[in-house]
Amino acid sequence: MTAKTLFEKVWERHVVVPETADTPAVLYIDLHLTHEVTSPQAFSVLRSRGLKVRRPDRTLVTMDHSTPTDTAQIFGGKPIALESAAKQIRQLEQNCVEFGLDLIGLTDERRGIVHIIGPELGATQPGKTIVCGDSHTSTHGAFGALAFGIGTTEVGYVLATQCLLQRRPKTLAIEVAKRLAPGVSAKDLVLAIIGRIGVNGGTGHVIEYRGTAIEALSMDERMTVCNMSIEAGARAGMVAPDETTFAYLKGRPRAPQGEAWDRAVADWRTLRTDAGAVFDKVVSLDAAAIEPMITYGTNPGMVAPISGRVPERPGDAVFARSLEYMGLAPGELLRDKPVQVVFVGSCTNARISDLEVAAKVLAGRKVAPGVRMLVVPGSQQVKHEAEARGLAKVFTDAGAEWRESGCSMCLGMNGDTVPQGQYCVSTSNRNFEGRQGSGARTLLASPATAAATAVRGRVTDPREFLN
Amino acid sequence: MDPITVIRSRTAVMPSSNIDTDQIIPARFLTTTTRDGLGAALFADWRYGADGRPNPEFVLNRPEAQGCEILVAGRNIGCGSSREHAPWALLDFGFRAVISTEIADIFRSNSLKNGLLPVVVDEATHAWLVANPGAEVEIDLPSTTLRLPDGRSVRFPVEAFARYCLMNGVDELGYLLKQADAIAAYERHAG
Repeated sequence: MTAKTLFEKVWERHVVVPETADTPAVLYIDLHLTHEVTSPQAFSVLRSRGLKVRRPDRTLVTMDHSTPTDTAQIFGGKPIALESAAKQIRQLEQNCVEFGLDLIGLTDERRGIVHIIGPELGATQPGKTIVCGDSHTSTHGAFGALAFGIGTTEVGYVLATQCLLQRRPKTLAIEVAKRLAPGVSAKDLVLAIIGRIGVNGGTGHVIEYRGTAIEALSMDERMTVCNMSIEAGARAGMVAPDETTFAYLKGRPRAPQGEAWDRAVADWRTLRTDAGAVFDKVVSLDAAAIEPMITYGTNPGMVAPISGRVPERPGDAVFARSLEYMGLAPGELLRDKPVQVVFVGSCTNARISDLEVAAKVLAGRKVAPGVRMLVVPGSQQVKHEAEARGLAKVFTDAGAEWRESGCSMCLGMNGDTVPQGQYCVSTSNRNFEGRQGSGARTLLASPATAAATAVRGRVTDPREFLN
Repeated sequence: MDPITVIRSRTAVMPSSNIDTDQIIPARFLTTTTRDGLGAALFADWRYGADGRPNPEFVLNRPEAQGCEILVAGRNIGCGSSREHAPWALLDFGFRAVISTEIADIFRSNSLKNGLLPVVVDEATHAWLVANPGAEVEIDLPSTTLRLPDGRSVRFPVEAFARYCLMNGVDELGYLLKQADAIAAYERHAG
C-alpha cells in the first residue's frame, strides 16, 4: 500500500465524488461551525432559493465576533451598545429559529469563541473535516482534523449540501526538533515558524506540524500553533492525534462515549503519516533555538526575538511604510518599548493554560500606571474555571479588566478597540494595520510576554518573571 | 452573476505586497447582514482621513483611477481573514478583476464565487503592469489570456470548473445540489 500523509488519509475519507480535470472533488464536511458575522448572507441565499439546512446535527452555531464583553450588556441591565452588532445577533437568532438550528446563544453557559468551544465541547475530533466562515478554523487541526476557513458563499453551500467543491491542496511538513526552552511558548514557536517561511509560505498547502517539540505540546499549545497556520498563508495545519489528544477529549459532552469511545480511539490511532510518505515541501526548525518572539510590523511575518532589533531593509518601500505606521525605526531595540494597552485573549491564546501563565506573571504584581490591560477569556467555561481557580482575582487585583468571553480586541468589531497611535501588546493573531482599531499599533506576543509587559509598561522578556 | 468573457479596462495599481482583507474592508464594517453597499468602505482606512474626507493621495481617489475595472496589486493580495466582504467591496466599487503574482487562497476562492476574476501572472508581466499604471489591458477568460497594449499576451491559470461557472454566470450550488444522491449514499456509508 502506498504510504500516505495524515492529510491524505483524512481527505480520502471525505471524498464523495472524486475530482476530475473538469470538476473539483465533492468533499463531505463533518462539522460546520457558524457565527453571526459570516452567515447572514448565506441564510439569505438559502431563503431565496427555498433550501433547508441539510444537517442541523452537524451545524454548531454560536456568536462571538461582534458580541459585547461587558457583563451588563450580555446578562441584562444595559442594551448592546453597538446597534449594528445587536442587529446581527438578533438576525442569527431568527435564522436559527427559521432553519431549525440549535443556537449556543448570548447567555448560554457553553458560549465562547467558536474555535475554543468546538474543542471544549468535544465536537472537534480527529479525522473530521471541519469548516467555518472564519480563517482561524485551522485551530481544529490540532486534533488531526482537516479544518479550514471558508467564505460566506461556501457557508451557504455547506448549510445546503454539507459539502464543498475542493481541489486537493499540497502538503507541507514543518518538522520541529528538540524541545522549547523554559519560558518559551507555543506562540513563540508559531511566530518563529511564520518568520521563517513568511506570510505566504504556506499558500496552497496544508501544513502538518511534526517532531519531538510538537509531540511535547499540550492540546492548548497545539491549538495555538495550528491557529496561526493561516498567518503563513496555509488554510489548514494539522497535528497527528496521540495520547495527549485522546486524554483531552475523553468525557467531553460531544465526544464518543463507552464502547463508541474505544472504537473511535482505535480508528484515530491510524491517523498518522506513514513512514515513507512524501510531502510536497519540508521545513525543519530547532525548537531549542527559539526565544520569546514579538512582531514589529504590520503582518505576522514581521517578527523578531524579543531581545532583537527592528531589521534594516534599505530600499524596501513597503517595509518602510509599515515601520512608519508602527512608529518604529530600523535598528531600534524592541525591548523596553513603552506600550499603552495589553490584550490577553482571542482564539489564539485565551484558553485556561494561557490565562494561567499570564496570572503566574501577574500574581502579586500590578499593571503599570498608564497601561490598560484587558483579559478576555476564550469561552464562558474558561471564564468560570479561571474564576474558580483564583486566576480572575489575580487579574483584577493587578488592575486588569476581566470580561465576558468573545473575540473582543483581536479585531475590535464589538467596540473593544485600541486608540489611534497607541501600542498594544496582544496575544491575538494579526498585527495588520487598523486590526485592533483605526491607527492601532499591534505587537503580537505570547500571554507571558503580554503579562510581563503589562507589569513593566514596556516590552519585557517574560523569562525575567518566569524562570 | 453576469457571465464574464472579456474584461477590457484601464488598470489601477497598488504595488504593496501582502494587502490583507482587513485593509480591503476593516472589521468595523462587517456588522452588516447584507452584501450591498460595501464599496463605500473599500480600503476605508487608506481612502479616508481621520476627518472622514477622502485622502487625495490615495490611488483610488485620483481622477485617473475612476472607472478602472482592473486592480493590479502586489504579491499575496487578500491574505488574512476569510471575510467575503472583501470581494463584495471590490465588486461594489467597480472592480471586476484583480491581478497579482500571488493571490491568497481564501480570497481567491471567494472572488471566483462572486465574479471577481483573480489573475495570477509572472513577475515580469507584473513588473510591467506596476510600471504602467492606467494601461488599457484585456483579460480574455475563454482563452485565459491577458493582453497588454504593446501586443504581448500571457496566459493565466483558472480552475476549470470555476471558469465554467464564471463564463456561464452560474454558481457552484446548482452542481452541488445535483450530487444529492451521491451525498446521501456517502452519509449512509459513513454514518
